[in-house]
Amino acid sequence: AARMFLRLLSDVWWRAANPKWRRMTCSQRSTSSTTEPHPVSLPAQAQVVICGGGIMGTSVAYHLSKMGWTDIVLLEQGRLAAGTTRFCAGIVSTARHMSIELKMADYSNKLYRQLEQETGVKTGYMKTGSISLAQTQDRLISLKRIASSLNVMGIPCEIITPKQVAQLHPLINIHDLVGAMYVPEDALVSSANVSLALATAASWNGVQIHERTSVSHVSVQKGRVTAVETDRGQIQCQYFVNCAGQWAYELGHSGEEPVNIPLHACEHFYLLTHPLKEPLASNLPTIVDPDGRIYIRNWQGGILSGGFEKNPKPLFTEGRNQLEIHNLQEDWDHFEPLLSALLRRMPDLEALQIMQLVNCPESFTPDMRCIMGESPTVRGYFVLAGMNSAGISYGGGAGKYLAEWMVNGYPSENVWPLDLKRFGALQSSRTFLRHRVMEVMPLMCDLKVPRWDFQTGRQLRTSPLYDRLDAQGARWMEKHGFERVKYFVPPGKDLLDLDQSKTFYKPDWFDIVGSEVKCCKEAVCVIDMSSFTKFEISSTGDEALESLQYLFSNDLDVPVGHVVHTGMLNEKGGYENDCSIARLSKRSFFMISPTDQQVHCWAWLKNRLPDDSNLTMEDVTWKYTALNLIGPRAVDVLSELSYAPVTPEHFPSLFCKEMSVGYANGIRVMSITHTGEPGFMLYIPIEYALHVYNEVMNMGQKYGIRNAGYYALRSLRIEKFFAFWGQDLDAFTTPMECGREFQVKLEKGMQFVGQEALLEQKQNGVYKRFTMFILEDHDTDMDLWPWWGEPIFRNGRYVGKTTSSAYSYSLERHVCLGFVQHFDEKTGEELVVTTDFINQGEYEIDIGGQRFQAKAKLYPFSSLFTHRRRKDEEELSGYQRE
Amino acid sequence: FYLTPPQVNSILKANEYSFKVPEFDGKNVSSVLGFDSNQLPANAPIEDRRSAATCLQTRGMLLGVFDGHAGCACAQAVSERLFYYIAVSLLPHETLLEIENAVESGRALLPILQWHKHPNDYFSKEASKLYFNSLRTYWQELIDLNSGETTDVKEALINAFKRLDNDISLEAQVGDPNSFLNYLVLRVAFSGATACVAHVDGVDLHIANTGDSRAMLGVQEEDGSWSAVNLSYDHNAQNEHEVERVKMEHPKSEEKSLVKQDRLLGLLMPFRAFGDVKFKWSIELQKRVVESGPDQLNDNEYTKFIPPNYHTPPYLTAEPEVIYHKLRPQDKFLVLATDGLWETMHRQDVARIVGEYLTGVHHQQPIAVGGYKVTLGQMHGLLTERRARISSVFEDQNAATHLIRHAVGNNEFGTVDHERLSKMLSLPEELARMYRDDITIIVVQFNSHVIGACQNEE
Repeated sequence: AARMFLRLLSDVWWRAANPKWRRMTCSQRSTSSTTEPHPVSLPAQAQVVICGGGIMGTSVAYHLSKMGWTDIVLLEQGRLAAGTTRFCAGIVSTARHMSIELKMADYSNKLYRQLEQETGVKTGYMKTGSISLAQTQDRLISLKRIASSLNVMGIPCEIITPKQVAQLHPLINIHDLVGAMYVPEDALVSSANVSLALATAASWNGVQIHERTSVSHVSVQKGRVTAVETDRGQIQCQYFVNCAGQWAYELGHSGEEPVNIPLHACEHFYLLTHPLKEPLASNLPTIVDPDGRIYIRNWQGGILSGGFEKNPKPLFTEGRNQLEIHNLQEDWDHFEPLLSALLRRMPDLEALQIMQLVNCPESFTPDMRCIMGESPTVRGYFVLAGMNSAGISYGGGAGKYLAEWMVNGYPSENVWPLDLKRFGALQSSRTFLRHRVMEVMPLMCDLKVPRWDFQTGRQLRTSPLYDRLDAQGARWMEKHGFERVKYFVPPGKDLLDLDQSKTFYKPDWFDIVGSEVKCCKEAVCVIDMSSFTKFEISSTGDEALESLQYLFSNDLDVPVGHVVHTGMLNEKGGYENDCSIARLSKRSFFMISPTDQQVHCWAWLKNRLPDDSNLTMEDVTWKYTALNLIGPRAVDVLSELSYAPVTPEHFPSLFCKEMSVGYANGIRVMSITHTGEPGFMLYIPIEYALHVYNEVMNMGQKYGIRNAGYYALRSLRIEKFFAFWGQDLDAFTTPMECGREFQVKLEKGMQFVGQEALLEQKQNGVYKRFTMFILEDHDTDMDLWPWWGEPIFRNGRYVGKTTSSAYSYSLERHVCLGFVQHFDEKTGEELVVTTDFINQGEYEIDIGGQRFQAKAKLYPFSSLFTHRRRKDEEELSGYQRE
Repeated sequence: FYLTPPQVNSILKANEYSFKVPEFDGKNVSSVLGFDSNQLPANAPIEDRRSAATCLQTRGMLLGVFDGHAGCACAQAVSERLFYYIAVSLLPHETLLEIENAVESGRALLPILQWHKHPNDYFSKEASKLYFNSLRTYWQELIDLNSGETTDVKEALINAFKRLDNDISLEAQVGDPNSFLNYLVLRVAFSGATACVAHVDGVDLHIANTGDSRAMLGVQEEDGSWSAVNLSYDHNAQNEHEVERVKMEHPKSEEKSLVKQDRLLGLLMPFRAFGDVKFKWSIELQKRVVESGPDQLNDNEYTKFIPPNYHTPPYLTAEPEVIYHKLRPQDKFLVLATDGLWETMHRQDVARIVGEYLTGVHHQQPIAVGGYKVTLGQMHGLLTERRARISSVFEDQNAATHLIRHAVGNNEFGTVDHERLSKMLSLPEELARMYRDDITIIVVQFNSHVIGACQNEE
């Protein structure tokens, strides 16, 4: 019945919204629905072709047309809003963990609220509010963290008691609850109608919409989109937007130049019931019970309830296309756990009559975040898909950001966490996706504690030392498919316990990492950091130097053998990448970037380097194993192994030398450690990796060498106030804002990208400032630990959020890094942040609703470390990547 | 006295064995996915035996169940030896020559069979030399007989059965200087065993049956339901053709005394069997062998007893009845089991229980609300009940175990009753045989993809 209703509505809408079309086709449409003639022939060309008439496609069309791009064709293989969009539960929820997701949801909510007024299409928008229930204390902490974020964003939200829950919703059993979060502005919509409303407004602005038109593939010439081939002919275009939902993966692979869009569909079930005897009020809040894995909303006097089961059923792995998603098999046995949870939550529903169990596939991504942005390989090919079942909540905001991206070159917010380029071909295996989404879908409801790792799709990329390290007790995490060591469990520790440690408080590995840190500070440690992205750029003439000088902010015209820390900035001066570049020779450079930069940085450089056969860039990530030798005795180990003088006098900081280590020759040794501690990075051709590692470990024994992991590294770099790209730094952060002016050579004698923006900032000041906070009254053993995203308060007023945090074993305090802004007390306008402003405030950090006093610092505690620092060890160029 | 569910499980699972055909390049190209087998004793020691092996010099897999009577010696010998006889019968002339030459020159032998054995399935070490010599004589004869024709599986099976029974008989007549062995070959010959053997090679399935064990094919119909197809006939008094055959082979004067109380000569239940020389040898031969045999044999009343109305031996044969079946994609599994199973369960139930077990929950008839008025509470009750039912399936990782659980524990409603199961399994040794027989089951699962592909190729 619900489906029929929507189909009718779609017809009604077309007649109302598109009078021209009605005149032509209304008669046929009403007599026959199977052999509809195509009303208007396709245009031969357009600026933008959007594939997919669901919430994403229509939202992109809506926002593009609002921004003045109107030469747009939207193609839908079936009917508008007939796919996942039609079946989705229509809940607009702003309770999100990530700030960018939260912003998208908030914008969507505001957009939908006024959409009916704007378009005249009934969207069914109803402000109901939502209540997220906590059955455990940990869940409540998780909710409190979200509540803190929502509050500082100006979204009303409160933590309430079980009793208050009962007052807000008459049917709920509150006996097993410890609390809840109430978001009164959350809403319900008819998702299909929202999509139709967006399409209506877009078509008013000139967007052409063609249903029953399938895209077969996208033509590409010289790395640019040139045309779209459909079953009704070709459309030449400059931009293509893939909003094909769960078919986006296949569509991406249909062309000659594949575009990898890693997503995979899973079946998703929800239940519809007949109305209650006393029909439910339409403004009754939506209930989310993550511990029961279900959501419950009112639906036509009855309820709609679905959830995210522990054992999802992935489908379409082989890639099957269907015009409209037919109602797939209902599977009651599969739904049983969710039904039990529903009846436990609302026991009075026992007598309620079932109307239907809807099976509606949703697409999921490998990291639970949606996918947007431009393909790294095909320019003009944009993607917006993989909503992880939050398509309606994100639809408006995601469409807006993508439209901004296309029109302005970049969206108005940092969307790196959602950027298609965070993935590469390596996440596109069907098997990987199938296995990973089976983990991701249950995670929608699982508790997200700090530093959890995915368990599926692992051990894809590994260092040659993997087995050696694993045998020594390594515990692993994964970044961009690469296995990296978190820490080493000493023999005799209860391993099982450690692996299952899930807590918002002090973790079990605290002492383990502490001893690794101690060893880094007092002796020497080895960390395998092979996952770093490594490029070699060289040329026959001076092309390499000239291009890099233009693309990077620091001066790269340094003597051969020097290492330079530099940002790769965009026009606004923001960090697109943060890397260290070693000058290997006059004409070749070795560039090291964060692990997850492999795709993004490659695409960025490819698009900007001159198309010159004399200039070559090669991704040599796989060719080198990287060992980080950290600690005061690193110099002793290295000198014994190389018979070369490596003392600071001979090998000062920030240098790169090729030398032999043990029997192995041609090891690139750099005097940097990414932590501010003394030591070396060894870039070892992979076939020598095991040899060099063994030599280092044997030789290091007398200096107390041991293995260490990334958690130790993290603690070291954060207490030294080193920012890292992807968490602290992003495309909206400039070197000026994080105290790295010294990494910028404004006067290097030639122009570089971002120069103007930086000059402007230098003159007028910055609007946010990267600051280090030392928590004062925080009890490491008893209090909640900071993670990232905690609001920062200055003199009681919100000024920004933390971006990363760690326990400093030397300070014996928690250190949080974050950005401080200055909002005018009356107007809320952003003002320049001065050093005085930072230094003259009383700060507090909000961790899960509890505020802790913090001391703000703009420079690291140099005094604390000086006695260990070598005279010329000036790796102030604070920089770190993970 | 009451057994807890874990105790019941440990009894049921003590003899279970599973084999999965290994995959190459992620593919299993065999028409067999694997098999589950298990046995539950009622006699002490158990008189049933089972065997499974892959032929290494020819294609195909051999599986068999053997039900012994008057002791387990014959069943044990047949379970060790029969597959070698079959494998040798199937070998091409060149391979036989190669093997013979290897033996002659003391080189390593080509392996003929790869056995898939449960740790409790043993081979007799002492007799291996004797058995080997008999087998070698057989292949030497085959080499001499070289007919040049390709070996027909049906013929090979019949020849192997008959030859082995003949060898058992001869070994007992000749005796052995080693007194232990001498006693062993006599025990083998004087006890008996039925055999039901399957040979699977691609889509070609042959069943060779001697006696009253049974082979049954599980077929999934288009609507998902299960039906059973018999691939063997019981050789006992219930089989008219079999009674007819026996009567044909003996003078009319014996007609009345041949089958009495549904038994051969009023004594033996199966009408065909290995061993049982008391029904095969002449009275003179029997007397001579028993008298010259060891004391244990002489003192045994059973062996000395000559069946009544014993005029025109042999009355019994080991010649199998061979049935050929070409596998189809809907043929999902094969059950080989001794009569202990078939006495307690109808084949239709066996097909359903194994079918549902192998396909798991997914093929449990799905519930659809359709146009009915169902409340959430009713649906919940229904689903919880279904879940409980399913969980009994998941207790077993082995289809044969699951079947035994049903065979022993089924109540009148066809569901497993734990109390009944507990009682049946805790019967004292001397009583157990009165309530149930030894049960031995092999469930072979077929690979429908491969079978379908083979079909399409033709």
